[in-house]
Amino acid sequence: MSAPYNMMEMMICAAARLLEDGRTVAVGTGAPCAAAMLAQKTHAPNLMIAFEAGGLAPRLSRMPISVGDSCTFYQADCAASMAEMMTTCARGMIDYAFLGGAQIDQYGNLNSTSVGDYNKPKVRFPGSGGANDFASLCWRTMIMTVHNRSRFVEKVEFLTSPGYLGGPGEREEAGLPPNTGPYKIITDLAILGYGEKSRRMRLESLHPGVSVDKVRENTGFALEIPEKVALTPEPTAEALRVLREQVDPQRLVIGK
Amino acid sequence: MQMDTQENPTVLEQIAAEAAEDLPQGIGPLFGDPDPDAARAFFMEKSRAETDKRMGAKEAVERFITDGCYLAIGGFGSNRIPTTVVHEILRARRRDMAFLGHTATHDFQLLCAGHCLNRVDAAYIVGLEARGLSANARRVIQSGEVQLCEWTNHALSVRLQAAAAGLSYGLLRSMLGTDTFRRSAGKVVRCPFTNKKFVALPALWPDVAVIHVHEADMFGNARIKGISVADLELSRAAKRLIITTERLVPNSAIRQDPTRTSIPYYLVDAVVHAPFGSYPGNMPYEYFSDEDHLRDWLNAEKDPEEFARFLDKYIYQVADFNEYLQLCGGLDRLRELRDLECLADG
Repeated sequence: MSAPYNMMEMMICAAARLLEDGRTVAVGTGAPCAAAMLAQKTHAPNLMIAFEAGGLAPRLSRMPISVGDSCTFYQADCAASMAEMMTTCARGMIDYAFLGGAQIDQYGNLNSTSVGDYNKPKVRFPGSGGANDFASLCWRTMIMTVHNRSRFVEKVEFLTSPGYLGGPGEREEAGLPPNTGPYKIITDLAILGYGEKSRRMRLESLHPGVSVDKVRENTGFALEIPEKVALTPEPTAEALRVLREQVDPQRLVIGK
Repeated sequence: MQMDTQENPTVLEQIAAEAAEDLPQGIGPLFGDPDPDAARAFFMEKSRAETDKRMGAKEAVERFITDGCYLAIGGFGSNRIPTTVVHEILRARRRDMAFLGHTATHDFQLLCAGHCLNRVDAAYIVGLEARGLSANARRVIQSGEVQLCEWTNHALSVRLQAAAAGLSYGLLRSMLGTDTFRRSAGKVVRCPFTNKKFVALPALWPDVAVIHVHEADMFGNARIKGISVADLELSRAAKRLIITTERLVPNSAIRQDPTRTSIPYYLVDAVVHAPFGSYPGNMPYEYFSDEDHLRDWLNAEKDPEEFARFLDKYIYQVADFNEYLQLCGGLDRLRELRDLECLADG
């Protein structure tokens, strides 16, 4: 019997498992940062965490509120600059990056800029920040998001950060580095990936108690669904203990 | 060597195709002139004298920040920001400025509160990261009163680096294939060596930049501790530079350890002594951000009438930054924020 857990804990534990030891990851604040910290404190002690404002390999012991606050370079190996961080991505040394957005489409393209007429938008969001840079230059990009039809849309209204753009080969055609792109999406319903040839979003595993139909109902486009869909492993008692006691004792993220 | 064009038509075809190739171009507006010789003409006239440049925040704004100028703020939105000078910009009712929006958060929130801007190079605006979105900054942007050009954080850093290097453009390998590129003023180019595609970004020379630092002497030699974000390139690209500093140190201290000088004096036009000058933002190794007060800002913004009263209380009816600090809890609150930064484990 596993200990009971909430959905945020489930998502953080699932994301953490995807981060291999000895790799590098660019994170923002919130759930992705918690996932990277959890991975580092469990199976991936040699995971290097990097923040876009220049904090490289910190010993995170508190959850940052800004990707440039002093927590992001607490006892770090290097407090550098945004250019240092971004050029490290450009040189091919950042393996994973976590991104976010208001909308995502079947090719993993993200909108974090605006909805409605660009010049007089219905809703303005922050824009790319460093997300387009990460989505362009890191090897594997991941997204943690709630799963519903307003987010998972047929076509993003503004393509802020590149997924597979219009389909297979389009990233390379645009000039983006080969073998980069979207990797996984961790939602409150499932884990999704991308078809190797089609580059379209593909269901990989369902969280306990979630049906294929429920995922379909909450997705605004046709998903690739394999014949057999795996079950997402539940968080282990050990992972939950570390997450609650060491990663987020103030419940800033897991309490949401 | 003679090339037999009859036997090798593909080479010529390829050259012709490349010459005729229609590479994508952004349709966003370009704010400012990327010509390095225009910048050189300005810098030829800039004073190199190692003189006492100390002055108050109000005087620095009066002398160097004008209506319509292109303004850039150092730090990272709510970390190591020159709040003292930004407040004076609001009180001086500056208008129609252009702004460098690279992860602008509380600084952008302030400038939108004062309706100071009409053009923004936007990488990150209207948000305060994990704290949420600024309702007022969104109203300002959604009204259409500000003309935008889209970029990424790295793109803006590259534009400043190009300017700092005296070039007219820099190169970037992101933005390709996206609407962020389409709404930028960048242009896709091919590398003359590898034929690969990159984005050419116009150099950016802001008229004036304001950067908050840990220590500076009266000439402007300045030290930054912790991450420098994009401030090394910004300080070199800006035509005028206002430094606000937590502490003034003697020039002898600078000369004792010159490897620690992040910004040399000849870049600097004004030195403003501003202890706790990044409040309510974080100042690494000095004090943490005042999250309670930043939340008050976000909450007050929800209702425009309440926000007008909030601005009167904290900005417009306040004589100077010290009075603002007193309103926000004074030394007792600052001591708590210092403990949070310096005593907390992490």
